[in-house]
Amino acid sequence: MQTEKDNKQAEFDFQAKIDKGDKIEPKDWMPERYRNQLVRMMSQHAHSEIVGMLPEGNWITRAPSLRRKAILLAKVQDEAGHGMYLYSAAETLGVDRTEMLKQLHTGKAKYSSIFNYPTLTWADIGAIGWLVDGAAIMNQTALAKGSYGPYSRAMVRICKEESFHNRQGYEIMCSLSFGTSEQKQMAQDAFNRWWWPAIMMLGPSDDNSPNSDELMRWKVKMESSDSIRRRFIDRTVPQAEFIGLTVPDPHMKFNKETGHYEHGPINWEEFFNVIKGNGPCNKERVKARNEADKNGRWVREAAEAYAEKHKKN
Amino acid sequence: MKETQWPLWEIFIQANPGIPHKHVGSLHAPDAEMALQNARDVYTRRKEGISIWAVESKNIVASAPEDVGSFFDPANDKVYRHPTFYKVPEGVKYL
Repeated sequence: MQTEKDNKQAEFDFQAKIDKGDKIEPKDWMPERYRNQLVRMMSQHAHSEIVGMLPEGNWITRAPSLRRKAILLAKVQDEAGHGMYLYSAAETLGVDRTEMLKQLHTGKAKYSSIFNYPTLTWADIGAIGWLVDGAAIMNQTALAKGSYGPYSRAMVRICKEESFHNRQGYEIMCSLSFGTSEQKQMAQDAFNRWWWPAIMMLGPSDDNSPNSDELMRWKVKMESSDSIRRRFIDRTVPQAEFIGLTVPDPHMKFNKETGHYEHGPINWEEFFNVIKGNGPCNKERVKARNEADKNGRWVREAAEAYAEKHKKN
Repeated sequence: MKETQWPLWEIFIQANPGIPHKHVGSLHAPDAEMALQNARDVYTRRKEGISIWAVESKNIVASAPEDVGSFFDPANDKVYRHPTFYKVPEGVKYL
């Protein structure tokens, strides 16, 4: 039986390993809280990839050219792939995929707040790739250095693929911004609607993240949300200015002394409200996932029947 | 329909000719053929490989992390297995 002393020693060794920069692998000893935190993070991350297919999938049939359609299809397919990497990484910690999906379908699971906003025009597809994938890359590049081996490896793979997502989004925004005045207006409108949600999706401000210290010590979280947010803003504002878009924040200004942009107050009430399930599209998203699950059932049944038949022969 | 989980498969990909297959992750599939097809879609969307191995996870036997010490112990005291153990007179070449 493991005594409390053994446990203390195991925890000490575990921390030493992380401090040394070694990865924790699925069969290694780990504190229960570490395991639970990772299961929570990885499953939420996986759900976000899967639900993230919906707002963009909405525009596949209406993409303005064959080129744009092929690109958008490939991007949405990547998101499905990312969901698969992450579910399989989460499973290495002993959680069942059926259980994770059940939580998503019953509305119990959380996923990124950003995907509960609607995609009203084609410019939204540009704004998502540029801003949402841009913010996600900042977050995921940090996570790729995390301590849990399977998660970190999945992140490395995802980051490699995301950079095309980011660029294709900015390309759409460029085309629209340098297009007719209606097109430019459309780009500005999408920017106005996606800017704040993208700022918020990086997570609550540091003084509102109670578990941060432990997660940082365990290298589950690698960088504070505010710090990632600052980098995102510093990189994105000049990109907006370059194509003549105005950041929808009257307080946004560059501080020459710090070398950073300073933003106005963030409406956290809206963020927590969306997280709680009251965003514009929360119900629609969960409903769409349930329908996809139901409508795909015959495919799974056929695959099983086929496998069964071949087993007998 | 029974909502049981399909078997788990570990996927190994050979990126280029002449190098070993490398583990990339896992996936669920009802049989070997579909495991291969799913692996192609999930893990090689950008020409990441020229060959895929799919092995049902339950068939993989792994050493236990807690046994690392004793399991690999036999190699610890055999420094004479490495070329650097041997002294070679200065000036001798090709050794």
